[in-house]
Amino acid sequence: MEIKGTAWKFNDNIDTDAIIPARYLNTSDPQEVAKHCMEDADPEFVGKIKNGDIIVAGRNFGCGSSREHAPIAIKVAGISCVIAKSFARIFYRNSFNMGLMILECAEADNITELDELGVDPEKGIITNYTKDEEYTTSPVPPFMKQLIEDGGLMKHVIKKTGLGA
Amino acid sequence: MGKTIVEKIISAHTGKEVSAGDFVVADVDVVLAQDGTGPLAVRQIEKMGFDTAALPEKTVLFLDHAAPSPKKELSNDHITLRNFARKTGVQVSDIGDGVCHQVIPEKYLNPGEILIGADSHTCTGGALGAFATGMGSTDVGVGIAMGKTWLRVPETFLFRITGEFQKGVYPKDLILHIIGTIGADGATYKAMEFAGPAIKAMEMTDRMTLSNMAVEAGAKCGLIASDAVTKTFLVERGRGDKFVSITADEDAVYEKVFDIDVSGLKPTISFPHKVDNTRTIDSPDCAGVKIDQVFIGTCTNGRIKDLRIAAGMLKGRKRHPDTRLIVTPASREIYGQALEEGVLKIFNDFGASINTPGCGACVGVHQGALGDGERCLATQNRNFQGRMGNTKGFIYLASPAVAAATAIEGVIADPRKYL
Repeated sequence: MEIKGTAWKFNDNIDTDAIIPARYLNTSDPQEVAKHCMEDADPEFVGKIKNGDIIVAGRNFGCGSSREHAPIAIKVAGISCVIAKSFARIFYRNSFNMGLMILECAEADNITELDELGVDPEKGIITNYTKDEEYTTSPVPPFMKQLIEDGGLMKHVIKKTGLGA
Repeated sequence: MGKTIVEKIISAHTGKEVSAGDFVVADVDVVLAQDGTGPLAVRQIEKMGFDTAALPEKTVLFLDHAAPSPKKELSNDHITLRNFARKTGVQVSDIGDGVCHQVIPEKYLNPGEILIGADSHTCTGGALGAFATGMGSTDVGVGIAMGKTWLRVPETFLFRITGEFQKGVYPKDLILHIIGTIGADGATYKAMEFAGPAIKAMEMTDRMTLSNMAVEAGAKCGLIASDAVTKTFLVERGRGDKFVSITADEDAVYEKVFDIDVSGLKPTISFPHKVDNTRTIDSPDCAGVKIDQVFIGTCTNGRIKDLRIAAGMLKGRKRHPDTRLIVTPASREIYGQALEEGVLKIFNDFGASINTPGCGACVGVHQGALGDGERCLATQNRNFQGRMGNTKGFIYLASPAVAAATAIEGVIADPRKYL
């Protein structure tokens, strides 16, 4: 299934303090956290995106703290997918656990702000409709594919344990 | 084929021989969460339907990021953690006890063990020869409930460190130099392993500074083989029986090897707003940079040796009138030592503000947020924009010695003339 959205571009090394500053971590309410998504990288961000839009970034996206509020803020703000040249390790892991779609793409630099994109995570293909180009994404390891198929880590655990509140 | 330290530790926790690239489910020995990430972990545990903890004696919830709490929302988060601890029997490390990454090695973590923590600097524990890594709240929630976690066994970058540090140059300068060289994503997804004669000769406190900052190069962990230094550290805390020798095999396979001679290093400073944006003290960029706030503390450099180095330089001197100094010992043990040795008196006489042990000003929650346009030189590990509570602040990272010299002169200063 293809995800479609408008690209919003960011540089290399976007850290978790830029994604969700620590000063807003006195609440774990996802809606409240999402209001400040990307605020320190682009204070206008939340106001200008529409549901389903796509973040496109350079290297090492999500570096810094382990705060899971970072992928939560992005997901709840309405972003459908993050494409980056590479992701920081903890952010990568947290995103799979939280069910935020993230894709590594070496050709992310070819995308410019406001390009209209289509993403097919199954096939690992990104279509740039504005530029009429196609890019491939790095394959997702099978273990992590299983996590996504189960709906994130918690649902994976509930499936295994038979528990669940 | 020989194994790296991380391959050995993970193999021992999965009941099979694993190597880099394998995905495994491993038993964990110690789990930590803190007051920023812990409340979410608790809610996730409850959502998954668990009402017990797998390892209550070795699961620790730290009240360290907001200690004491500066606002009611954070106080309520503390209540969430305290209530969960009462219900499940897990441990609470209360306000004033110290930063999680300092208290964990002091009281809980042993060589060969696996520690997962809901805080990125959990990698500090690698200094003991343990596999210690940071994760998110949900991962750690699963670890607390089940005593297990999933891992991809990382490839290892070996850093062979030789030579002797010159006067005024410290392991903090070494790790800033390494990150400045390989970049903030130079070791992403990898294990860093520090070895060689300069590591063998290094005290535990300094090894912890290196391991602490592995994540600033993107690494999963920063490992150091356990040895006589590790054993002494454990013996001094009544855990000598927990010592085991953890070393890499002679023929271990490393993805990359870096050789670094510390003899040529100089005091090194990370400039705003990235840790890999480093300069040496003799760079023209360092000349005359006015500093409003100096901060000595944190899980990187808030240990007794760090405080002693700074106090030794500050004794009998007064702080620069335009520069404030904040000192936050990393743990209650360190605070007690500093109190007994008169180190805190020296800081007090110098004109410093001395805080409760904990994360202090580093994370921007309290105890030293920057004003608009202000510059802070800190001994912490991270200088991202907005880190210390203000996107209009500028953070420089350096050793406690550079911090002390800077507090005296009011500009970024070379510590060597005070030693």
